[in-house]
Amino acid sequence: MAQEHPIGITVAAESLPRHGLTAPQLVELYYKMALSRAIDERLWVLNRQGKIPFIVTGEGHEAAQVGSAYALRPGEDWVLPYYRDLGVVLTLGMTPREVLLDAFARAEGPSSGGRQMPAHYSCPRLNIASVSSPVATQLPHAVGVALAAKYKGERTVAVCYFGDGATSKGDFHEALNFASIHKLPVIFFCENNGWAISVPLSKQMPVAHVADRAAAYNLPGVLVDGTDVLAVYAATREAVDRARAGAGPTLIEARVYRLGPHTSDDDDRRYRSEAERAEARQHDPLPRYERTLRAWGLLNDELVAEIRARVAREVADAEAFAAASPPPRPEEATLHVYASVPASWRLRRRLEEE
Amino acid sequence: MSVPIRMPQLGESVVEGTIGRWLKQPGDWVEKDEPIAEIITDKVNAELPSPVAGRVEALLVPEGATVPAGQEIARVAEAAEPAPAGPPAAASAPAEAAAAPGGAPVEPAAGEAPSRAGGGRRIRSSPLVRRLAEEHQIDLTQIRGTGLGGRITKDDVLKYLAERERAAPAVPLEKPPEIARVPAAAVPPPPTAAAAPPPVLPSAPLAPGEERLPLSPMRRTIAEHLTRTHQTVPAAWTMVEVDVTALVRWREQVREEFRRREGVELTYLAPFVQVVVEALKEFPLLNARWEDEHLVLRRNIHLGIAVALEDGLIVPVLHHAEERNLVGIARALADLIARARAGTLTLSDVQGATFTVNNTGAFGSIVSVPIIPQGQSGIVTMEAIVKRPVVVDDAIAIRSLMNVCLSFDHRVVDGAVAGRFLQSIKRRLEGFQPPF
Amino acid sequence: MALKTIVEAIRDGLAEEMRRDWRVILLGEDIGVHGGVFRATDGLYAEFGPERVLDTPLAELGIVGTAIGAALNGLRPVAEIQFADYIYPAMDQIINEAAKIRYRTNGGFGCPIVIRAPYGPGVHGALYHSQSVEAFFCHVPGLKVVTPATPYDAKGLLKAAVRDDDPVLYLEHKRIYRRVRGEVPDTDYVVPIGVAEVRRAGQHVSVITYGAMVHQALEAAEQLATEGISVEVVDLRSLLPWDQETVAASVTKTNKVVICHEDNKTGGIGAEIAAFIAEELFEDLDGPIVRVAALDTPVPFSPALEEAVIPSTRHIVDAVHRLAAY
Repeated sequence: MAQEHPIGITVAAESLPRHGLTAPQLVELYYKMALSRAIDERLWVLNRQGKIPFIVTGEGHEAAQVGSAYALRPGEDWVLPYYRDLGVVLTLGMTPREVLLDAFARAEGPSSGGRQMPAHYSCPRLNIASVSSPVATQLPHAVGVALAAKYKGERTVAVCYFGDGATSKGDFHEALNFASIHKLPVIFFCENNGWAISVPLSKQMPVAHVADRAAAYNLPGVLVDGTDVLAVYAATREAVDRARAGAGPTLIEARVYRLGPHTSDDDDRRYRSEAERAEARQHDPLPRYERTLRAWGLLNDELVAEIRARVAREVADAEAFAAASPPPRPEEATLHVYASVPASWRLRRRLEEE
Repeated sequence: MSVPIRMPQLGESVVEGTIGRWLKQPGDWVEKDEPIAEIITDKVNAELPSPVAGRVEALLVPEGATVPAGQEIARVAEAAEPAPAGPPAAASAPAEAAAAPGGAPVEPAAGEAPSRAGGGRRIRSSPLVRRLAEEHQIDLTQIRGTGLGGRITKDDVLKYLAERERAAPAVPLEKPPEIARVPAAAVPPPPTAAAAPPPVLPSAPLAPGEERLPLSPMRRTIAEHLTRTHQTVPAAWTMVEVDVTALVRWREQVREEFRRREGVELTYLAPFVQVVVEALKEFPLLNARWEDEHLVLRRNIHLGIAVALEDGLIVPVLHHAEERNLVGIARALADLIARARAGTLTLSDVQGATFTVNNTGAFGSIVSVPIIPQGQSGIVTMEAIVKRPVVVDDAIAIRSLMNVCLSFDHRVVDGAVAGRFLQSIKRRLEGFQPPF
Repeated sequence: MALKTIVEAIRDGLAEEMRRDWRVILLGEDIGVHGGVFRATDGLYAEFGPERVLDTPLAELGIVGTAIGAALNGLRPVAEIQFADYIYPAMDQIINEAAKIRYRTNGGFGCPIVIRAPYGPGVHGALYHSQSVEAFFCHVPGLKVVTPATPYDAKGLLKAAVRDDDPVLYLEHKRIYRRVRGEVPDTDYVVPIGVAEVRRAGQHVSVITYGAMVHQALEAAEQLATEGISVEVVDLRSLLPWDQETVAASVTKTNKVVICHEDNKTGGIGAEIAAFIAEELFEDLDGPIVRVAALDTPVPFSPALEEAVIPSTRHIVDAVHRLAAY
């Protein structure tokens, strides 16, 4: 069975110090990527052990997620991620404990108190708006968030993340259309890994690049190597600055490689050849960035080991904490359907009778 | 073929007639010349014989309605002999006619017999009717249904209950009341032209602080009952003030011993009831029942004792009070009141009262104007006992005083008799002789 | 107190809420410069400007999705869907997003939007300008649905909807936009969501209805009163949540009930109300629960066809007749 996966065009990463990032910040990027990978790997183990019934993997996307999120102001700017964006939420400030609480569907999970599937992030304190399962619904939300920001005179931007499949949905087109008409401060960030579950890019769109679609909406489309964390950072930073200055939205396409299946419910060996998957692993962003930092003298064996150990500790701690945390109580099932209802509305009737 | 039945002209100058009572219901078989209705006119009352044999199709005019002579009042499907009952109507959930917008319940087949016909035919009744039957311990086979296809309706049940309260022992409905009697005003069935309440204009929204409470069946029954009394009985009222000092003293003395010996409390109500019974023997008209052309005297004294419940009122009956002594009365009162409050009164406990006593004094009332229950001619209250300064032998003394009030049916007795009745009660209470 | 039509009351309500709360913005097609195809937003663009009254592209999904995003970031948007018949592209955003944001974030985020849409038959609108869509949405926990029938309620419920922290679908019956006049106070009043109104008290049969049919029910009640049948007319006003207590009180009083709506019968919300009554008030029923509703067809154009499909006063009268005699 012939498989297709085109190699993306690369925008060369600008080397420091032109991004204005300090050495510690550059290392922090690595740490965040490593943390994301470690949690990801641990969730796989927990899933295969039967402790977490469903997980979504972001392996291979770390550079695109961490690099772009790092260009934002956490808690000020708004982020509307999709379910693969573990690296994004960690970079913005969600903790490993919080991620694991959500993965175990605990009552104290900040995203949903155990109501949503894992990887459906939500964090009001960080302005991370709730992820849902239908694809691309968050794009018009980002437009609305940006509209409100502009109306209120705030200099915040809204960034929505999505995959290549989402760009086929009406939500995508209506959102870009509206954002461009009103020159709203929205960044449309596409993590294009070439697969929408099993549907390859060639069956998903008639254009070569997602970024090509921007022209139809008269907004800039930027193509970037999603495995180069600094390139992504630079591209995002530029788009964010433009948006803050009032110049309107940008569509960024970050070319990435999905190292694993779509989710734990998917077995991608059914539609991906071993050769293609091996090729994808060649583009793992973590070793690539590690090499870059080592070349710049910012990482050595000790530091790498230290970072790995730290990350391992954090993940172990998060897992133990979340595993010991209580699940939600059945009485909570009927809470928060509404902000308020008349007292007579018998929502709780069945529970009360039991 | 469908034959119209028309209002007859019963007398030369008579131009209209009133349907006193329908003797047949839709679906019933009627023989030729068998009476189908009772007709009332100014001059003559008579039964209307059916001109044909057949099955009654429809009654076009409700009972109590007056129509010109010659007007169609019913239709009968002429037939040679009673055919077996038609197929039973669709089961309790009526099917909707698919084509008609806003579909309608399917009309039950004409052959469905009314519940009264007996012979093992199915009694059709709704959940509401069955509930009312259970609550009031009604045998539904005793009720004639006036609803579609002979169905027993809510109004049929309420009418039956009202009539049952009026009658002394329950009289089976098979016995037709006298033709001359016009049916008492009851809750009108829906299609009665005259009884419609005035159309209400669309109401403004509820003002802040207002809310609507649904009526319980008990409240509704009380309301209907008392409204009817109020509308039909010309009631008058009078009272006396009674010095019960001697009674109070006696009771305080014997109370403990009585309770120990008899096992029930000796309340003021018991001697009061005894005195009322004696007074009723002296003035039997107050124990009578008004019946438009007669007064029905009653030898037996069945006293209704009003008992307040948390959300209403019930009146259990102390039967044959004329046969009981004070202890017997005290025991019976304790039993009735306890069972009233526990909700375990039986049907016979609440039937057959000939006169009623209300201990309004228990709420602290010193004067009240009670409403006469249906089927009785009077109701007496025992008000609160209050210590007051009074003039005795030209000196001030403190005495225990109690008012006794009487509402009475002025058609039955006049003020003088009512006054003398109360004087009798007063005399007996003031001159109370301890029985032990 | 002024006499207003429903559309005037809506317009007044929008203007007053926008003056009272700077966070209220409007989005929709043709609502700005044009003032709305039914003139419901007439004059608002002039008063509040293009920043608060947005003429959107023809994109129902985007209109609602953008409103949701604006609500997440602190505004209180009122989105207009030009005809309820066109609401379907936005169903994903309404049902999967707006209705569920509060629940799925365990109260972390809310979605205080209002979606206004004209609905209902009787304007020669045929299949795509006549639909009643309430049944689809009354099935969705997290959403609220209201259908005012009078100018007083139109304004009061609109204010309640704007101030409500939950997403509210505000359905405006287009046939009675201008045909019903009523007194509307100048004061800042609110009609609470979830509370029905007994428009006419009665003894024999309860008619439960909403929207334009309230007026036909009142007409029917007038006619039936002359025949001695006393009809109680209950205007639900809110369909989700709906006022179970008022309906229960009415049914326990009259013991007979007819539920009326212009939506087609199968799966209409009359079924939900009937099921509730059968389940909770079984022993109070002295007759079957009857529904008066449209035939199960799309709404046709030709008046002869539309009249055959959509129920009217005489259908209500007929149903009450049969039930009263039961």
